[in-house]
Amino acid sequence: MKYKCTLLGILVAQLTFAQADFQKNLQRELILAEDGDTIQIPAGKFSLTQTLSLEGKNRIVLKGAGVDQTVLSFKGQTEGAEGLHVSNGQQIVLEDFTVQDAKGDAIKTMQIDGITFRRVKTEWTGEPKPENGGYGLYPVLCQNVLIEYCEAIGASDAGIYVGQSKHIIVRHSRAFHNVAGIEIENSQMADVYNNEATENTGGILVFDLPDLIQKKGGNVRVFNNKIHHNNFPNFAPAGNIVATVPQGTGVLILATNEVEVFNNTLTANNSIGVGIISYFMTEKPMTDSLYYPYPSQISIHSNQFDRDRVKYQGKGRLGLLFKYKLRFGKKVPDIVFDGILDKNQTNRPALCLRQNQNATFANLDAGNNFKNVSRDSSPFDCTLLSLKEAVLSQK
Amino acid sequence: MKKLWILFGSLLSIGLLSFHSVFEQTSELLPAAPKEKLSDYGFFEGLPAAQKPAEGVVPYRLNTPLFTDYAEKLRFVKFPDGQSVAYAAEQVLDFPVGTTLIKTFYFPLDARSPEKGRRLIETRLLIHEPKGWKALEYVWNEEQTDAFLEVAGDTKELSWVDRSGQTRTQTYSIPNLNQCKGCHNSNEKLTPIGPSSRQLNGLFAYEEGAENQLIYWQKKGLLISLPALSEVPKAAVWDDTTTGTVAERAREWLAINCAHCHRPEGPARTSGLFLQTEETNPTHIGIKKTPVAAGRGSGGRLYDIVPGHPEQSILVYRLESSDPGEMMPELGRKLVHQEGIALIKEWIRSIPE
Repeated sequence: MKYKCTLLGILVAQLTFAQADFQKNLQRELILAEDGDTIQIPAGKFSLTQTLSLEGKNRIVLKGAGVDQTVLSFKGQTEGAEGLHVSNGQQIVLEDFTVQDAKGDAIKTMQIDGITFRRVKTEWTGEPKPENGGYGLYPVLCQNVLIEYCEAIGASDAGIYVGQSKHIIVRHSRAFHNVAGIEIENSQMADVYNNEATENTGGILVFDLPDLIQKKGGNVRVFNNKIHHNNFPNFAPAGNIVATVPQGTGVLILATNEVEVFNNTLTANNSIGVGIISYFMTEKPMTDSLYYPYPSQISIHSNQFDRDRVKYQGKGRLGLLFKYKLRFGKKVPDIVFDGILDKNQTNRPALCLRQNQNATFANLDAGNNFKNVSRDSSPFDCTLLSLKEAVLSQK
Repeated sequence: MKKLWILFGSLLSIGLLSFHSVFEQTSELLPAAPKEKLSDYGFFEGLPAAQKPAEGVVPYRLNTPLFTDYAEKLRFVKFPDGQSVAYAAEQVLDFPVGTTLIKTFYFPLDARSPEKGRRLIETRLLIHEPKGWKALEYVWNEEQTDAFLEVAGDTKELSWVDRSGQTRTQTYSIPNLNQCKGCHNSNEKLTPIGPSSRQLNGLFAYEEGAENQLIYWQKKGLLISLPALSEVPKAAVWDDTTTGTVAERAREWLAINCAHCHRPEGPARTSGLFLQTEETNPTHIGIKKTPVAAGRGSGGRLYDIVPGHPEQSILVYRLESSDPGEMMPELGRKLVHQEGIALIKEWIRSIPE
């Protein structure tokens, strides 16, 4: 027995050594890769202590043996703000692996033209908690972004987050137990379809925020998604914009222009099915003179709504608002508009609602201290031109 | 048990395989073949560890340097023969192709008495090639006879005595080549960070005697178009109260420690937080600015800088953290720069509410 223990001890020691080698060798491969290379990561669970990075390369495929087959675990990470960091390149494909328990974001890709995430899973294991990293799949300042057959679990901000990017497709993916399931932020030409967002605090968010490099998002289509049971208590650390998202949110559109939400099923998102709000609702200061704080040309049509007959679920100031001021009781509206309109903008409608099944509505009249809350959606019965399909270009 | 053996076997073979391919590739993939040993470049006379610059290699210092876990740094520049650089007021000097910037990181064995010796850890080179700047990393051996090329980074266990006489032990991280560009990055091009006129505008104790570095460079024919020194901006020395106000020294500290990423051309431009000294927009400096992608780095605080309240400012929280998911800067430190943060706090306290 004693002999066996010693042997096991040696094995574990060698294993640890081998893992340190694994990290260094994989990092070396990523540094020395030539354009056009495919880098294979074998099956197995590997413990890493530092960010893996790929920088300044073109046409690289980083490929594992499959989701949950190749697992890069960052549970013991001591250095670097991400699990995997990819920057400054073209036509990068990440596929068939899992990134687990990164100390910061799981996979960040920046300044890549042509980034594909395919069958990639990012997760934080255990109960969702504020100590989890912020973003799971995190392309930012990228063009031609394809995310498909991916899964994101446990992010304390957004599971799948596309920020300040252009030409984006997110499809056939699943977001679960994140604060925001899928978030498109300050991004243009995005299609989000055939995804499942469930048991997040908010299912799918489309946000425009001030003070950023890419100022304006727009032409975002959210369709054919299953967005259900997004009632998970908000566990985002305070300060982050998603910390203000009410638990029980299906879709939330913040200050974005040209968003089309259609053919989705929104089931049992028990606070807000679809919310359309201006930046004023965040009660945060605004100094960016180039920032447009109003949502405009938002089209919500042909969606199926169902919610449990319960009270509004959210907490915080919005929760208090619903509880004491709006007092909807169990008749919480499926579609909520803050009603704050840009008085200088009367040519185009801010919001059109049509053919939504089983949908109730409220205009909160928030700009007027909620004096004339209206449940009548007829002022918004209109149609906007369909937005353009997101097309990715291959170089 | 059997499973473990198989796993171990496969790991070993993977390691060997990739090691093999790396050997094959190294030479052809790195352009203008980097030398295997630091001594091969001939930057130093005599024993390499003495760091005595050879003819044509000029030592320099910065007024306010980057904090790297209390490492001390020796800096040198080697110009291509007969060439010079033109003065620029604010930006890093535009060194000619052929220039090499050399920076050696070391720890004194006992910071109270430098004569007890030092341990050299790493020497980083920035070489200006026709295609642009290239970073190379050399790691000193235990015997301190030479430093050797390393592309994939390393860690060293260190033990030294700090100025208060306390023995510190720490894991010191040597960057891999990708991490070099994590900081040395302007619009995705590798670039030097430190040597701007304003940072060089100060005295250096040369063998021939102390002199302003810009004047010395000018005399040596390395710097041209230098205006009168009175017209040259001068970076405050962060810990020298005679060189600037609290705000000036704090902004200088933030600039050298943060602005390589946090500026409109830097890798952290996605955050909208810009900390280069010339930034004047209060929101971009962080005042009452909401975080964008801080995640748990917010520490539950609402704004990057809350005037008058360092204890409510995210910026301070992230500087005080050593957790890789929260801390700033993201790279190059495992320790907290207590003295630097004291300055930042003092500055935030002084900003009118």
